[in-house]
Amino acid sequence: MKVISELCDICGTCVAVCPVDAIIVTEFKVKIDNDICTNCMNCLKVCPAKAIEEGE
Amino acid sequence: MVKYKYDIVVIGAGPAGSVAARFAAENGASVLMLERDREPGIPVRCAEGVSHNGIVPFIDIDKRWIASQIDIAKLTSPNNESAFMHNNGVGYVLERRIFDTALCELAAKHGARLITKANALDLIKENDKIIGVKYRYMGKTREVKCDIVIAADGTESRVGRWAGINTTVALRDIDTCVQYTLAGLDIKKDTCEFYFGNEVSPGGYVWIFPKSDSTANVGIGIAGHLSHKKGPKEYLDEFVAKRFPDATITYTMFGGVPTSATLKEIVRDNIMLVGDAARQVNPITGGGIVQGMIAGSIAGKVAAEAVKKGKFDAKFLKKYRKEWDKTLGNTQKVMHSMKEKFLFMTDERFNNLVGFCKKIPSDKFSLKALFTEAVKGDPKLMLDVAKSFIVSKIKLK
Repeated sequence: MKVISELCDICGTCVAVCPVDAIIVTEFKVKIDNDICTNCMNCLKVCPAKAIEEGE
Repeated sequence: MVKYKYDIVVIGAGPAGSVAARFAAENGASVLMLERDREPGIPVRCAEGVSHNGIVPFIDIDKRWIASQIDIAKLTSPNNESAFMHNNGVGYVLERRIFDTALCELAAKHGARLITKANALDLIKENDKIIGVKYRYMGKTREVKCDIVIAADGTESRVGRWAGINTTVALRDIDTCVQYTLAGLDIKKDTCEFYFGNEVSPGGYVWIFPKSDSTANVGIGIAGHLSHKKGPKEYLDEFVAKRFPDATITYTMFGGVPTSATLKEIVRDNIMLVGDAARQVNPITGGGIVQGMIAGSIAGKVAAEAVKKGKFDAKFLKKYRKEWDKTLGNTQKVMHSMKEKFLFMTDERFNNLVGFCKKIPSDKFSLKALFTEAVKGDPKLMLDVAKSFIVSKIKLK
């Protein structure tokens, strides 16, 4: 999964639904660790800003 | 000067965290709060509505952080019928930016310390035991030791996960939200509005919380499992285009609200979770400010007692869990099973519900009166609601 930083509002909704703790939020950005990510797509489905897409 | 060892470190300086810090400090513990952002309360991710009765136990009302006073709630059904409720008590639309800072100032007054721009990175453990927090501050990694960590790091919480607690929320138990602050409106300052229906807001609702007679927080939350094809922003844009075609957007915010029951585990040895991080949110309204403050006050007191007695194990900290369940946790469980019913409610049912509300004189509105009307008009709906009580094995007081 990949964060489209231009769209991301850094709200962290994705973190709450990530079953494997693959998402990191700082004050300035959200990062998905694709070594941990299982491609469950939960984050992509709930992102209110539609800022997550498939791919690395 | 900031010390290297505190009794308690609170991660997150929102309402839950700062109230926890205040009560812990007031009861004799040394407390440090770490806040990721540059200032408590920003960026605001909140509709900012609270009840007067909910906040007065924690802070004296101050007009600096009150945008407007709400006396009337208006519910609108899918078939565009509206019901008004007058007697739910006074509510406020807050200025969270100022409110959150005021709560931190109160915590500071009782002796708690706060560091802003301090991003928690991990828990420090020794032989699997939590002994502190590692955080990033102004380009440097720092460590602070403590006996108890209070995780108040919100919807996006990771601290609980670092302690081995499963904090994952199911898709249907998160509301995905967008909110605009709109200007140039012509609205009633004392009336908040709610719009329901599967066309308007599947598995959630649209809210209008006025901040003045020309500005309002207008937002939407929809159930996470229903948001994939059409997202909350598309629904909200449609609503705003119809209801406020000439409005100007002065603030756009995105966010998520957990609408589950409280997590199974909110304490472990040396750690407690509070607020959105513990999923202590009213699953029907999505309101979490007062819930977070109540949880924070309980957790803060228990933590201070733990410090006095030198007992930091889960067995002692479970006092917080017990007290929380008695105060709100059990009720939240019932609300959660009721929400499950709402998730699958047809528009016809919503029409019925608002119809029942309309039958009750607006100044006599109560849940009991609503139930009485509903039992007469839609026994099946009431049967569903009754089932949620049985499923949760709990009686509402």
